[in-house]
Amino acid sequence: MLVVCPRSDGEECKIKALIDYKTLAHLIYPSVALSRPRRTSPSLAVKMPFKRYVEIGRVALVNYGKEYGRLVVIVDVIDQNRALVDAPDMVRGQMNFKRLSLTDIKIDIPRVPKKKTLIDAMEAADVKNKWEKSSWGRKLIVQKRRASLNDFDRFKVMLAKIKRGGAIRQELAKLKKENAA
Amino acid sequence: MGNFRFHQYQVVGRALPTATDEHPKIYRMKLWATNEVRAKSKFWYFLRKLKKVKKSNGQVLAINEIFERKPTKIKNYGIWLRYQSRTGYHNMYKEYRDTTLNGSVEQMYNEMASRHRVRCHCIQIIKTATIPSKLCKRESTKQFHDSKIKFPLVFKKVRPPTRKLKTTYKASRPNLFK
Repeated sequence: MLVVCPRSDGEECKIKALIDYKTLAHLIYPSVALSRPRRTSPSLAVKMPFKRYVEIGRVALVNYGKEYGRLVVIVDVIDQNRALVDAPDMVRGQMNFKRLSLTDIKIDIPRVPKKKTLIDAMEAADVKNKWEKSSWGRKLIVQKRRASLNDFDRFKVMLAKIKRGGAIRQELAKLKKENAA
Repeated sequence: MGNFRFHQYQVVGRALPTATDEHPKIYRMKLWATNEVRAKSKFWYFLRKLKKVKKSNGQVLAINEIFERKPTKIKNYGIWLRYQSRTGYHNMYKEYRDTTLNGSVEQMYNEMASRHRVRCHCIQIIKTATIPSKLCKRESTKQFHDSKIKFPLVFKKVRPPTRKLKTTYKASRPNLFK
């Protein structure tokens, strides 16, 4: 029973529906149950569509509130909505998951580590460099740079854009000429 | 950590010394109130029910606020309470996972209001305690006693980073996955 989802993440929807189908197949079609040997647990042949999990050591970005834009590490989970969160230059505190955007980076730490252990683990996993090299991190750096330009810098950017556009148009004209000839 | 609505106070008081009783017994109570004035009032309310003493013939000797000793450590709190419902008084035991006792008491008041429609003035806290993980009774707190806890955030709500950037209409539909 494939559910057609009008959402942009239709793939994930279909996968979820497929999981339901596989676990319920023996109920829907008795012949399937008889022909195939019943496994004790319906092992999901399909991978979970989630890649970023809330876990101890997950690096997250704060996307709301006073600590906006800071990279923090989840050091423990308080309950369904909150996590204990820590960063090298911040007092350990609790934060709601709604304020966190999980990243792909995960470091190896024990539950609620000492500040020194946390800093060492972050150095070992090279979180800062990985973040600044990732496309998400780079975008944020560019945004920050653009926001901090003064008028003279914006003038220089305008000139650079015109120059780049001119160079592109020249090459295009050359290619058009070659094509026409 | 932030501001809590309910603060924990320690109130110490006794009856006024009289001719017959030069040194009356001193009583200490730990209670929750929004401010010190309310704490003293609550103190007399409870003491009146336990001993033959009123505010008019008693004195408060000390009132101190009690702060959390380790606000960065996650603890399981058990709260015993007595509340008044529409039909009578009941006792209850509730468990919460939080970093501070004030936070968990606030959680308790909110939960009682939402689940049982009990307002804060109808609730009396009998006892609170930090419970070690082995002795927790409720499944909803026990499910977080996992050193390798791992779960995905299933529904990502798209929120503007400040309330100033909030608009009623958006140009495109939000991506709620991941």
